[in-house]
Amino acid sequence: MTALAEGVAGAGSVEPPAPVRPVRRRGGWRVAVLVVLGLYFAIPLAASTWFTVRDRGAGGFTAEHYAGIPGAEGFAAAFGRSLALGALTVGLALLLMVPTIVLVELRLPRLRTTVELLTLMPLVVPPIALVVGVRSVLAWAPEHFYGTPVAEAMFALQEPALPWILVLVYVVLALPFVYRALDAGVRGADLRTLTEAARNLGASWPRVLVSVVLPVLRTSVLNASFLAFALVLGEYTVAAILGFETFPTWIVRISGSQPQLSVAVSVLSLVVTWGLLLLISALDRRRRIEETS
Amino acid sequence: MLLLPIAVLAIEAFRATDPTTFEESWSTASIAAVTEGPYRRAYLGSLQLSAVTAVLGAALGLALAVAVLRARRGRLLRRLVLTASGVLANFGGIPLAFAFLATIGNAGVVTALLTDTLGLGLGGFSLYSMTGLALVYLYFLIPLMVLTITPALEALRPQWREAADNLGASSWQYWRHVGGPVLAPPVIGATMLLFASSFAAYATAKALVGSSVPLVTLQIADALSSNVVVGAENLGKALALGMVVVVGLVMAFYAWVQRRTQRWMT
Repeated sequence: MTALAEGVAGAGSVEPPAPVRPVRRRGGWRVAVLVVLGLYFAIPLAASTWFTVRDRGAGGFTAEHYAGIPGAEGFAAAFGRSLALGALTVGLALLLMVPTIVLVELRLPRLRTTVELLTLMPLVVPPIALVVGVRSVLAWAPEHFYGTPVAEAMFALQEPALPWILVLVYVVLALPFVYRALDAGVRGADLRTLTEAARNLGASWPRVLVSVVLPVLRTSVLNASFLAFALVLGEYTVAAILGFETFPTWIVRISGSQPQLSVAVSVLSLVVTWGLLLLISALDRRRRIEETS
Repeated sequence: MLLLPIAVLAIEAFRATDPTTFEESWSTASIAAVTEGPYRRAYLGSLQLSAVTAVLGAALGLALAVAVLRARRGRLLRRLVLTASGVLANFGGIPLAFAFLATIGNAGVVTALLTDTLGLGLGGFSLYSMTGLALVYLYFLIPLMVLTITPALEALRPQWREAADNLGASSWQYWRHVGGPVLAPPVIGATMLLFASSFAAYATAKALVGSSVPLVTLQIADALSSNVVVGAENLGKALALGMVVVVGLVMAFYAWVQRRTQRWMT
């Protein structure tokens, strides 16, 4: 601060101003950070790949652990269940959040802070605490409601083949991510003008939502869907505590007897998810370039 | 949907089951039990691990985000880092734990390289300890920091830096008087988020160490799966309620800091 004040005083005085110091930008630490953290992130992935492809008996390489994934015991059921849960979660979350966000943006801007706070709440509650509460609520079915339709409904939610209770919990867990992704899209687009134009041309509200709002928001809807889907596919805590077998709990179950298989599935799931996300971001970029040109 | 389970949690944590008659009554026994002995140790262990990993993750994540944003011709690098961060921060948990097990676990590739080939050993390091857990936690906390802090860094106008340079400010002075104050609230906020995320993490710890390390999340799962101890279920609820309270306090502190900095900045 004193140096700055001196500089200002010097500029106003009669003496010729001191020559401006040449700007020195040392980028060395940035390279160091990139290299060190790059290694930190690359080594576990590289080592796990090595762990899965080397052949212990013959000493060569083998892809048998990767080839064995689809046929592994329990994989198809668990993975299929996770995919279904993911699709249902994405659908329900979008059905809930897209109209809400559009409504708040166009009609109830004063509620924006409230909605934002509400959707961020799940970040504050640890999933394990949430699931303990959910378990207590589910325990009411046999204890208090036995023989009533309420109990029947609660038992139906816990069908092991497709546990809807997980969908409900996952929608709550995904809310912050879905909200943030959609909110970014809404802020970037001039939704008010577009919807007013559509309304003036005689479009009904459902039609506005489907033909105007969704296409404008398609990148953020895609982003939100992807984040929610990835969250469901990787979620372990809730499924494990409630005792359902999904993709992650399956990995943990087989890890004891088939360590290589579990690592192979882990690496593959990370890499495939990353690849898909890269693809989405590349599509997004191409669309933006098309729109600006 | 969110409030009902938490409300039930808050009420049932104060219920107790009598070991002989199985009658339920109101009691603070569970709450009292979780503030002492092994459960107290678990809270302290969780708090310590979360604090250390949150601060380290925030510092390293900030450095990585700055380095990536400033890199020359860094568009591809940036896209790679941001998408990878998205995957690691959200997908997380189980796959990371197994990747680390294959790397520096007992039968890990790097473990074998260091001990058998180079004869160095791991120098007392064990993946199945607090330090090991911290190493794995950082693998998803650093990406989380990169994701949350990048928008704030992008909002730093290059003009401010140029103006400071033209006035003869050093790099230190720029960060002390311009960049630092602008970035402080988002950085503190992101650190709190990291803390909450680390505090709530269960999957990684479960897959790596079972329950040999004192952590609240592991204790909760143990209490829930225990069929032996009567009233363990209520203990789990009390532990979970404690977690909600801790994270709530952290968030309240964050809101307070946020208000102070805002008042100070205007």
